Amino acid sequence: MAKVLMKGNEAIGAAAIKAGCKFFFGYPITPQNELPEFMSRELPKIDGVFVQAESEVAAINMIYGAAGAGARTMTSSSSPGMALKQEGISYIAGAELPCVIVNISRGGPGLGGIQPSQADYFQSTRGGGNGDYRHLVYAPSTLQEAVDLTIEAFDIADYYRNPVIVLGDGMIGQMMEPVEFNEPKKRDLPAKDWATTGTEDKRRPNIINSLALDPAELEKHNIKLDNKYKAMEENEVRYEMYKTEGAELIFVAYGTTARIVKNAVDALEAEGIKAGLIRPITLWPFPNKAFNEIPTAKALVSVEMSMGQMIDDVKIANNGKLPVHFYGRTGGMIPTPEAIVEKAKEILGGGK
Amino acid sequence: MATEKIIMAGFGGQGVMSMGQLLTYAGMIENKQVSWLPSYGPEMRGGTANCAVIVSDSPVGSPIITGDATTALVLNLPSLVKFEKNLQPGGRLIINSSLIEKKAEREDVKAYYIPANEIANELGNSKVANMVMLGAYLELTKIVSVDTVIEALKKVFGPSKADLVPLNKEALSRGAECVK
Repeated sequence: MAKVLMKGNEAIGAAAIKAGCKFFFGYPITPQNELPEFMSRELPKIDGVFVQAESEVAAINMIYGAAGAGARTMTSSSSPGMALKQEGISYIAGAELPCVIVNISRGGPGLGGIQPSQADYFQSTRGGGNGDYRHLVYAPSTLQEAVDLTIEAFDIADYYRNPVIVLGDGMIGQMMEPVEFNEPKKRDLPAKDWATTGTEDKRRPNIINSLALDPAELEKHNIKLDNKYKAMEENEVRYEMYKTEGAELIFVAYGTTARIVKNAVDALEAEGIKAGLIRPITLWPFPNKAFNEIPTAKALVSVEMSMGQMIDDVKIANNGKLPVHFYGRTGGMIPTPEAIVEKAKEILGGGK
Repeated sequence: MATEKIIMAGFGGQGVMSMGQLLTYAGMIENKQVSWLPSYGPEMRGGTANCAVIVSDSPVGSPIITGDATTALVLNLPSLVKFEKNLQPGGRLIINSSLIEKKAEREDVKAYYIPANEIANELGNSKVANMVMLGAYLELTKIVSVDTVIEALKKVFGPSKADLVPLNKEALSRGAECVK
């Protein structure tokens, strides 16, 4: 299919429709508004449903309902709106329902600002909701990747019966790049025989529920969920290695920041300094194994648009082997390649 | 061509966003690597607007342009004041001299003065001042062909506005003449 020039928010919406999403529930918040706007315009054309809910809490519970009925469904929001959705996400994970949730994040805490930020790493990977649950977090770095991962997210959600988060920031949402909508590769997905679609008196009712008062039963359920999460850790980890071969200094960065770090890596290369980048594409599960593929590295630097959140996972993956440094800008400020280059030189002791 | 990093800036309504999208679209048609990044935020009508466009032969890294713009197209005074410093040495500064009396301060950049609004008014439509500016830029860089920009324009306008294509074509060509 031919390339089209689209805004990130719209491209994610178009990708969802391509993946068969027919039900969208959301509540406006900058910088993701073009996404629900796109869905409100496009979903009625394919007999889909768009609802602007009365709040983020209502929207995520509408997702719970639509997913429970077996539909492919999506919601989107930005940081403080995502905070409001956390209870619903925990219920959806507990009830084992598939759905896709997009966070085009902004600076915080609280209402914060509207410029690009990566301060929702903890919220996304640790879960703001209660209980022992996990969900996949995709962090696209380009709009093409945002499209591909959004399409795939629906299959992954159905396969594991679990919510999947697509995490971008204001820059991914607002910028335009050419994108292609390729046919997704077909996966064997289990039938949704658990969905509450009406018994027609032919079977026992299906029940969608996250309440389990018997501790023995709940423990069994937790173990079942944990086995799913282990399977995701085994099968769904994704990352990119950029110029890591022979590199002395390894940056770790995702999403928008990874693009900026690539510029810094190229600039360092031009000066004869060997640096590389580990770019996690899944933030959870985190690509721990990537850290076994950098035998020449002398130090790690986590670069984030936050005060340092992913650095915790970098330290876990590194397991004490190398010194771990940090460089970050926050509040909607975006790191420059020049500042990252300076940081690299400082770490390597070559700064003048 | 290696990488063109262009800042386009003016006040809301001057068409800087659409001018940027047009160039991005044209770059895509010519199979170049492109990105378009708008400023976004709480703005009022008549407030400032700008976008960063990258057109390159290699994949676009960061879509943000900080201190290494190859060209800045500035359509009003605040944009000149704000973005002159973002040019790399030797960069091009294309100034809408109809609305900006001030000259370029830096001596390490090449400045071009285009009376874009006057030319647009001569053509009978002040809204094509942006296309006059773009025409000058295309003539200077040949980054994409004018024909491709026209092709992109037809796609953006759609069939209902096909009658506006000749006017825009004329505006591009008048802009080009200013720097020939």
